[in-house]
Amino acid sequence: MRNPPLSRNVVRGTVHTPTPHDSAAKQVAGEALYIDDIPEAKDLLHLYVAQSVKAHARLTKLDVSKVRMAPGVVAVLTAADVPGVNDAAPIAGDDPVFAEETVEYAGQSLFAVAAESIEQARAAAKLADIEYEELPAIVTVEQAIAANSFVLPSREIRRGDASKAIKNAKHRLTQRFEVGGQDHFYLEGHVALALPGEDGDMFVHSSTQHPTEVQHNVAKFLDLPDHAVTVEIRRMGGGFGGKETQGAWFAAIAALAAHKTGRPAKIRLDRDDDMIMTGKRHDFVITVEMGFDDKGRVSGANFILASRCGRSVDLSASINDRAMFHADNCYYFENVTIISHRCKTHTVSNTAFRGFGGPQGMLAPERMMDAIACYLKKDPLEVRKINLYGKTKRNVTPYQMTVEDNIAPEIIDELEKSANYTARRGAIRAFNKTSPYLKKGISLTPVKFGISFTASHLNQAGALLHIYTDGSVMINHGGTEMGQGLYIKVAQVVAEVLKIDIERVKITATRTDKVPNTSPTAASSGADLNGKAAEAAALALKKRLTAFAAHNYGVTENDITFLPNRVQIGTQVVAFKDLIQLAYMNRVSLSATGFYRTPKIHYDAETYSGRPFYYFAYGAAVSEVIVDILTGENKVVAVDILHDAGKSLNPAIDLGQIEGGYIQGMGWLTTEELFFDDKGILKTHAPSTYKIPACSDRPPVFNMKIFDRGENVEETIFKSKATGEPPFMLAISAFNAIADAISSVSGYQLYPDLDAPATPERVLFAVQKMSAASQPEKITEAAQ
Amino acid sequence: MRQKIKYVHRGEIVELENIDPTMTVLNFLRYEQALTGTKEGCAEGDCGACTVVLGDLKDGKLRYQAVNACIQFLPTLNGKELITVEDLKSANGDLHPVQSAMVDANGTQCGFCTPGFVMSLFAEMHTGKTPDRRHIDNILAGNLCRCTGYGTIVDAAITVTKTDTIDQFHAREKATIEKLETLMNEPGLQLDWQGRTYFAPKITEELTELLATYPDAVLLAGATDVGLWVTKQHRELQTVIYIGQIESLKSITEKEGGLHIGAGATYSDAWRPLEKLHPDLGELIRRIASTQIRNCGTIGGNIANGSPIGDMPPALIALGAQLHLRSKKGLREILLEDFFIEYGQQDLKSGEFVEAVFLPHHKPESHFATYKISKRFDQDISAVCGAFHLILNGNTVEDIRICYGGMAGTPRRAYKAEQELIGAEWTDATIASAMLKMTEDFQPLNDMRASSQYRMVIAQNLLRKFHIETTIPDQATRIVGEGGLAYA
Repeated sequence: MRNPPLSRNVVRGTVHTPTPHDSAAKQVAGEALYIDDIPEAKDLLHLYVAQSVKAHARLTKLDVSKVRMAPGVVAVLTAADVPGVNDAAPIAGDDPVFAEETVEYAGQSLFAVAAESIEQARAAAKLADIEYEELPAIVTVEQAIAANSFVLPSREIRRGDASKAIKNAKHRLTQRFEVGGQDHFYLEGHVALALPGEDGDMFVHSSTQHPTEVQHNVAKFLDLPDHAVTVEIRRMGGGFGGKETQGAWFAAIAALAAHKTGRPAKIRLDRDDDMIMTGKRHDFVITVEMGFDDKGRVSGANFILASRCGRSVDLSASINDRAMFHADNCYYFENVTIISHRCKTHTVSNTAFRGFGGPQGMLAPERMMDAIACYLKKDPLEVRKINLYGKTKRNVTPYQMTVEDNIAPEIIDELEKSANYTARRGAIRAFNKTSPYLKKGISLTPVKFGISFTASHLNQAGALLHIYTDGSVMINHGGTEMGQGLYIKVAQVVAEVLKIDIERVKITATRTDKVPNTSPTAASSGADLNGKAAEAAALALKKRLTAFAAHNYGVTENDITFLPNRVQIGTQVVAFKDLIQLAYMNRVSLSATGFYRTPKIHYDAETYSGRPFYYFAYGAAVSEVIVDILTGENKVVAVDILHDAGKSLNPAIDLGQIEGGYIQGMGWLTTEELFFDDKGILKTHAPSTYKIPACSDRPPVFNMKIFDRGENVEETIFKSKATGEPPFMLAISAFNAIADAISSVSGYQLYPDLDAPATPERVLFAVQKMSAASQPEKITEAAQ
Repeated sequence: MRQKIKYVHRGEIVELENIDPTMTVLNFLRYEQALTGTKEGCAEGDCGACTVVLGDLKDGKLRYQAVNACIQFLPTLNGKELITVEDLKSANGDLHPVQSAMVDANGTQCGFCTPGFVMSLFAEMHTGKTPDRRHIDNILAGNLCRCTGYGTIVDAAITVTKTDTIDQFHAREKATIEKLETLMNEPGLQLDWQGRTYFAPKITEELTELLATYPDAVLLAGATDVGLWVTKQHRELQTVIYIGQIESLKSITEKEGGLHIGAGATYSDAWRPLEKLHPDLGELIRRIASTQIRNCGTIGGNIANGSPIGDMPPALIALGAQLHLRSKKGLREILLEDFFIEYGQQDLKSGEFVEAVFLPHHKPESHFATYKISKRFDQDISAVCGAFHLILNGNTVEDIRICYGGMAGTPRRAYKAEQELIGAEWTDATIASAMLKMTEDFQPLNDMRASSQYRMVIAQNLLRKFHIETTIPDQATRIVGEGGLAYA
């Protein structure tokens, strides 16, 4: 209901309540508007972007004269038509919106056609006369390393002498594995709608997690001041990091078309174009070497994390940094070296994706824990526990941050019991003895994920709060809504502070002209930052109203209490709306901004030392799988999750993040395979070939719980913790459980080589390799 | 023939003329009708964001089925009732029970997939059945959600299907049936639009005549393949003949010695009759695409398009199916395996169409199995699909037919492996030598679904699995399907 009766006793929709997603009722009725749903103006132009079909080539000819003459075509846009800077990069200035002399990936945009219909635009684009002089294409990480091809210099974190510690350790193991990338597969592809205004101004609806960056890029592209460009986003149909930087260049193209023609212009990528043209999760080649004692305690660890960044820098610096920051996960490595290679390849420039390098980094120690346990014939959980960060000792990360909020041991202990881990592990081993073709596996893995942007300046947010004279409230902030429930969480904060029902709080679209200079909604930080900014705005108004009421009613400020939808002023109780009306009549400003900057964080990017994270979010999961060793088919059959959301702002929303994160992580590690051919052409660019989890892939047993002792030790928004990214990594347990099942083929003598994703093909070949190696004489050899 | 299409929407008969016959229902809704609740997520019938529900009369009863609006051409609405997500709220603006269940279960996050889920659940609710969890997975296999992880949506599905819910569609069912009956009696269609022509004949004689006149016309059945020619390959189809209004082509009848499956019978229609013949045929159909696709896609289309990775042909070939091809000249019967000549080439003469498949009953004592290997269990295209049909005499192989999809340019039998087995004992040793022979039968392809090497190993191991299942029936060998361990 738009305007339900006010509640008297308990405010509806405050913090810590499972308030439903604000858009749910609209979404189920098809009434929630996404950008492509905005009614089309009759003079709207439709854009199609022509793409390179070569991964690496010199453009020797790009003649669009026939395209210009095609039916329905109103404008053809090339690099020569750009009034400003032909770039849409977030940082490095190396992402040309339209290719100029060379193309560096198949799918790179060459030019755009603006036509009366999308069909005409697409058909016309085919008429271009394009000639390429092909150049050698570097496609894989290994090719890039061999060719010394990097987008950024390699980096290193070092503490102690890992190599020496490994050499001196009683036991040593090395693992090398590849971990695949991942397409975001947000259901709504990239879309931008540009509306030209007076003075050359441009209004852009953009499906972006970072409206400010889109604004800056459009302005730069059109050679306009930032103030001339306004970007709005009410909601995205999913983001997951894929709309953090990638939206800018489509917004720029739409804006250019509108700028050139004076007509509104829309660009909406279809699924194939979206998957071919836009960046994905970085795939990694990881080598880990560890030295350890009889108990499995690691004394030295060497990591080499090499990632495929694609053709440009994009966010690869921070992503690879975060991979390095998570190579420890929950474990203390006394002597450690973490080397990061940022490889340049002639493939699409990889970008942010939920976890932002963290998942790939974290996979390394988690696989090693299992490999060590297998080698020592121990339960991997025992090895994990002995390596966990301590509370007062052994509690400093490789990047010199003290872990002050370590609850990994408590979470692991509670989950171990609630999931009945030990008994199930025993039962699975017994089952495998009697089942020659289907093998089960189990694994418990923890997560510790650092919360804050590692680019410290991004840890700021603003909000704008208006109270109208009927006492209803509008909240606006810099965060964007992509389904994660940020808007409702922030509205809950406002309802809580002002003690008004959630229906009295109007949630509004994110716009660069309401709150300026915002950070992307990323790094799980949306609620932490914008919730705090909104709280600051609400507290400012509350303070102003309190002062006014005290003055007006002749009481002290201590005599004023905000009750549900009412205010106690001395002995009187006044409806909130009446107080507002009174304040208005007395010329009190009823609008406030709020601002927040995350405290405590500091970090030296050169030496990798300091406190890059305000706090850590924790969790753990037990996954159980079944594997068919004749075919490699596999399935996660049961999962138990215990996850730390601090004092959850909204348990319903947070559980949605936890489950969705796990399933998305499971997809990354099992069925989702990006297949580039040896020419660098992506062959999996639609759901027919790229397989995200379907309904039946959700484990039939799915137990999850928010850690009920959770409470952030830091002063975050109502003591909550971020939940966007951390649960994604709970799915590492699924991958490790598959490895456990494969290991059974050797009678648990050997730990399998297994790359991610664990497709049936990879699993089958791992099984075959293991059966070949587990002939008795080979096992002796391997043990030696 | 009539120049207008007529369908039922919101309780009224809607008439359309002068329309692009290959415009999709989705584009019509979104860009012509301003009904933007239905979304495009992939334009290939894989993600389900575009799901709408079509009502038709099946055995005189009103039947609601979910379909992918993104690949259905607008004229295929003719004679049906269309229901979109915007139609579900009650007249006073209350959410439909399916919609409230989704809200209450926190079943939405970004919301872009949501209308599709709502429509799939709406169609299921109207079956009046209470599905178990496994069947909920089947209902929703064609709806991808990237946010929730599905649990909350499954909760909503359980809520909405466990009670007898009555909605406005039930209330006006009688009137709807009357309207649909009226439309059923209308003549066939001929739509002309800017040089494109679309025919929807009502009887096979009209079809053979049309094919004689337009031998190059595209035959359209479920649009689950042809639809993609337009939405993905952006081809312009000049002449389209839609067979979906020819009732006789949809019949599935038990005949002397076997099952006669009309080429226009959908997977959904064929599912139960085939499952009755053998549980593996049921499981195979369950794993073919999704509910939305099975509601449209036809057994005949899966054969006629000549795909090397269609999932029906291996099983049908292993079981010795025959194909009925009809043209103005009459009926021609061939073995299904002979239809597939090489990649992209079938034994289909000019003016001829696939009329039916005849599936002879297998002997009760024979063994049959079919397996589908893909990256994802549900709604995926096979890397390899294998079918095995064995007749033993004692422990000697009297006959065996082994057929694979995904191993060659056509669905193809493993003749050398079969020869190795026929007359031999059905033992581990002979299986091992037949597995080796398979490398002479096939040189499979490397592609994004699987490597050549994996395809070969799978083809071999599936034979081994078949041997295990026929000799040690108690041994657990399957993860999913009946007897699968995933839910155990």
